[in-house]
Amino acid sequence: MVFIINETAFSITKGELLMQSELLSMNRITKVYPNGIVANDGVDFSICKGEIHALVGENGAGKSTLMKILFGLEHAEEGDIFLNGDKIQIQSPNAAIDHGIGMVHQHFMLVPSLTVAENMVLGSEPKKGLYVNIKKAVTETEELAKKYNLLVDPTAKIRDLPVGIKQKVEILKALYRGAEILILDEPTAVLTPQETKELFEELHLLKEKGNTIIFISHKLHEIKELCDRLTIMRNGKSQGVFNVADVTETEISRLMVGRDVILTVEKDDASPTDVSLEVNNLTVVNDFGKKAVNDISFSVRKGEILGVAGVEGNGQGELVEIITGLKEIIFGEVSIGGTNIKPLSIKEIRNLGTCHIPEDRMTYGVAEALDIEQNLLADKHDSDEFTGRVLTKPKVIRENSLKLIEEYQIKCGSPLEEVKMLSGGNIQKVVVAREFSSEPELIIADQPTRGIDVGATEFIRKRLVELRDDGSAVLLVSADLNEVMELSDSLIVMYGGEITAFIENTKSLNEEELGLYMLGINRQKPEEIRRALHV
Amino acid sequence: MSNFFNIIFSVDFGYAVLRVTTPILFASMGALISDKAGVINIALEGMMLIAALTGVIVSALVQSAGLGLLAAVFMGALVGMMLAYFALNLKTDVILAAIAINLMAIGGTIFILFVVAGDKGISSSLPSLVLPKVTIPLIEQIPVLGPILSGHNILTYLAFLSVWLMYIFIYKTPLGLRIRAVGENPHAADSVGISVRKIQYIALTMSGALAGFGGAYMSMGYVSWFSKNMTAGRGFIALAAEAMGGGTPQGAMLTSLLFGFFDALSNSLQSLRIPAEFVQMIPYLATVIGLVIYAANKTRQIKRIQANKERDANI
Amino acid sequence: MSKQSRIFEISRTILAITIALLIALVTILFVSEEPANALSTFLLGPLKSMRHFGNVLEMMIPLLFTGLAVSIMFSSAQFNLGAEGAFFLGGIASTFIAVKWALPNVIHPVIAILVGGLVGAVFCGIPAILKVKWNATELVSSLMLNYVALFFGLYIINYYLRDVNAGAMVSYKLAETSKLIKLIPKTRVHFGIIIAAIAVIAIFYFMYRTRWGYRIRLTGLNSSFARYSGIKTASVIILAQLLGGFVAGVGGSIEILGMYRRFSWQSLPGYGWDGIIVAILARNNPALIPVGAFFLAYLRIGADLMARTSDVQSEVVYIIQGVMIVLIAAESFMAQYRHKLVFKEARNRSV
Repeated sequence: MVFIINETAFSITKGELLMQSELLSMNRITKVYPNGIVANDGVDFSICKGEIHALVGENGAGKSTLMKILFGLEHAEEGDIFLNGDKIQIQSPNAAIDHGIGMVHQHFMLVPSLTVAENMVLGSEPKKGLYVNIKKAVTETEELAKKYNLLVDPTAKIRDLPVGIKQKVEILKALYRGAEILILDEPTAVLTPQETKELFEELHLLKEKGNTIIFISHKLHEIKELCDRLTIMRNGKSQGVFNVADVTETEISRLMVGRDVILTVEKDDASPTDVSLEVNNLTVVNDFGKKAVNDISFSVRKGEILGVAGVEGNGQGELVEIITGLKEIIFGEVSIGGTNIKPLSIKEIRNLGTCHIPEDRMTYGVAEALDIEQNLLADKHDSDEFTGRVLTKPKVIRENSLKLIEEYQIKCGSPLEEVKMLSGGNIQKVVVAREFSSEPELIIADQPTRGIDVGATEFIRKRLVELRDDGSAVLLVSADLNEVMELSDSLIVMYGGEITAFIENTKSLNEEELGLYMLGINRQKPEEIRRALHV
Repeated sequence: MSNFFNIIFSVDFGYAVLRVTTPILFASMGALISDKAGVINIALEGMMLIAALTGVIVSALVQSAGLGLLAAVFMGALVGMMLAYFALNLKTDVILAAIAINLMAIGGTIFILFVVAGDKGISSSLPSLVLPKVTIPLIEQIPVLGPILSGHNILTYLAFLSVWLMYIFIYKTPLGLRIRAVGENPHAADSVGISVRKIQYIALTMSGALAGFGGAYMSMGYVSWFSKNMTAGRGFIALAAEAMGGGTPQGAMLTSLLFGFFDALSNSLQSLRIPAEFVQMIPYLATVIGLVIYAANKTRQIKRIQANKERDANI
Repeated sequence: MSKQSRIFEISRTILAITIALLIALVTILFVSEEPANALSTFLLGPLKSMRHFGNVLEMMIPLLFTGLAVSIMFSSAQFNLGAEGAFFLGGIASTFIAVKWALPNVIHPVIAILVGGLVGAVFCGIPAILKVKWNATELVSSLMLNYVALFFGLYIINYYLRDVNAGAMVSYKLAETSKLIKLIPKTRVHFGIIIAAIAVIAIFYFMYRTRWGYRIRLTGLNSSFARYSGIKTASVIILAQLLGGFVAGVGGSIEILGMYRRFSWQSLPGYGWDGIIVAILARNNPALIPVGAFFLAYLRIGADLMARTSDVQSEVVYIIQGVMIVLIAAESFMAQYRHKLVFKEARNRSV
């Protein structure tokens, strides 16, 4: 049974928990990043020997940071780590490995042209004279593979192997180096259902052999199937530890997806008019051959903000790439203002009145070595306003820069300051100032306030509402719950590349319901979802 | 036309090809090892030049060809370490740093040549030595192949041997394994505790040493003196050869031989009515064309794989 | 660039130059019997007479062109080293026009120079197209093509333009109508310096005051961002190489028409490589190219004079060049100070 006191849950089987042997515990871990964000706030986390322990939370909840600290990739400001009762310091991944902690990352750390066996022994190669004792490496790999039923061909080259097998190699690598505690970071994100099933079987086997597994995920049905206990994190704090058997998916969702502070945004009701962006039966295949976006249809009207809610990695990124023209449309149709964008170049899509606030601002949003003024020009450098037939108009450009710097309150010394000298929030303001100042008809905002200070965040959100009131259509993709619930008029929820829900009026939605849609627990009927097309 | 075939199918031509390929082969091995570690070394030209001069000076000084060779290789390795320092510690772009080294080598070798030999063009005033030629007893008796394969400078045999040694080193030793890992996925190497910087230092030093062998051959085998700019772009040709060779020692050997073929051809064809300049152009033109074919192929392969993925996913 | 950044970069450059000169100083002290004489000739020689100073200006002219050419190509983040070949071919092309065609004054050199530029443009465009279409490394292809240019050019000279009566392997005399007039008496400084000055100004405006220059710079600094802003990066890269090749080709033409009576180069003259140093000194900024070109020319002439009047060879200047490239382009050189600077500025702007 689960008690909820002050929004923190305590499990009454705590006594039961303490009786098992506690293997590792992290106490009062606090981690603050240089930009001021508190990733972990006094987090307690402990695991028992021989269990599969889930670490659950949305993006930004702090679970990745916690595990990075455990694996020596980050250092905590405060807090201690105890292993088998002894306090330990983990200064680097090597130190973590020495303590028997291994990590299987989302992006594999494998060398493509080397064989499985070679990847396994890299760094601690068995030798025969001057040579690598490749036979020994192969037999050691085979033995290990057999022991854990992680069947791989030791002589196969990594680049020829499917993703599922590559993951097995990663797990074997950790085991080869003596890992007793295995951290798996969102392992099923890249697997097919069949491969996921195999992985779970292997993990059960590992458990039987006495290993302990930390399973980072936000896929609740998998956690239900696989794990013994789970720790829920939200906004940098732990929400408690539970036996998986004792909590329902709904209860987990409630603890995982919620806002501690509700930041209301003052806005009038929307009065949407014509359709601006229309997406029909869009399917996008990613580099792994999986359908990152699977047959979705929706539309955004002028004068409204349509939010796209969902945990990151469920197809939102690929959707944005398609709409902005970075990726080519193969299956499906997308039109802006009635024009099919398939044959259009990025510039032509922009000329339709589209602007874009990219998720990765340093790569796609600015040229950090250039000054603010040059960055503000990027998409309009050849417009009649700023350039004559040959020469540009420096006075007009300067006026524009100063105007935008003031309007968007960009804290800088002069327009000639290099962008890389600015703080994150101010860099984003440069991006936003540039994009919004083109009087856009359609705005694609992808995580527009991630990683920036409160002041800049409020400012940008206010501007978005103003633009909406002026008649722009806004597609707001955000993993920030506050943002997507407070800013959007309507929203769609993406899970596994599909739309699981369309909410016409966001005000009518509460966090719990949203959480259930975001985690794929609930799903609307197709007729309800089809309403997103506004036909 | 028949004249043409007469020339290339002669024993002398075969011999010439192997002779001419030697410096390019050494340098291409140098290009290979640094490429494998993920650092491109375009300073091979300068390294060869410096080594060529060193070999001449030391062998003249101590009257020992062997020591001259050793000194040349050592100098090459030293310059390799310098490049590593500039690129990895000072963080100068590795290409710009290499251009700097090439410039310093061209000027520096002329400068030192003058100081030591009193002449800015050639080192003939120095009693430098050459490395010996070797005749292989049984092989030299084979008809046709014999005179082609036997009687070369010892460094020629060493060059071809180095291809085999490089193969074993890269694919069979622990250090070779680590070098490949660092070159392909430095994160993977880092995650198992390998120091990427240390490995790249080692690779660049080895690269310099190999270039040193090539340079030593130029001034102590190919000819018996040092003259200014005597490497004439061989260091750059070696880069192209390695790029076309698909990243393997055997591949680089074949492409180096291809160059050697065209280079020897240009020497032999002078006797025909084809303009000498066109003939001299051939090796370089061949590289560019080879490079394009290689790159075009790769690009096509990547596009095909992507199209397949898309097709499969929708089924 | 903000004022602090600018000051930082200038001090870094000056420090690098100082270190390079100190190394040369030490070398000279080591090698020379009369170091004071050698050194003073090296550093002050070019100022001692009109003729010597004129030499500096003459040498500066080709360096201005290749420096501009390289800076344009490097601005697009392409390591196209073909300025050398483009310069050479530009000289060949203009020799052809100067020898084979008969045209009136003024028009003759103008045509010759334009043709030289076009030839250079096409030449540098080849590695660009190979890169854009097939991802073939422009570094290696441009290096190889330089040699192709050399031999092709020599072929043209030896088979079409050779003056058999002249003894050496040189071309016929260039028509008087094609040559560039000398400007400063007692020197060989020719009209090309005016053209170079115009080129510097024009390229500066092009790079910093036109949309095409903006696209080149943006593509070079962050091609993903440039793409996302709607710029067709492939076309931009090709344009940059074509333009760089054109400028280098013009430089070669002007050098021949201004300084020579016949075409007499037997090997690649090396101005392309020098252009790289000039571009690095100038940080790819056309406005600073004249400073870099003058500085390098001064060093070279100083070294030449030193070689003629003392026992130190002129090649010591190459060592200086090398050290300068390494230190100026070194990100880590004085990096800890840059870090402090950034930190201080960021703190002043703390949100």
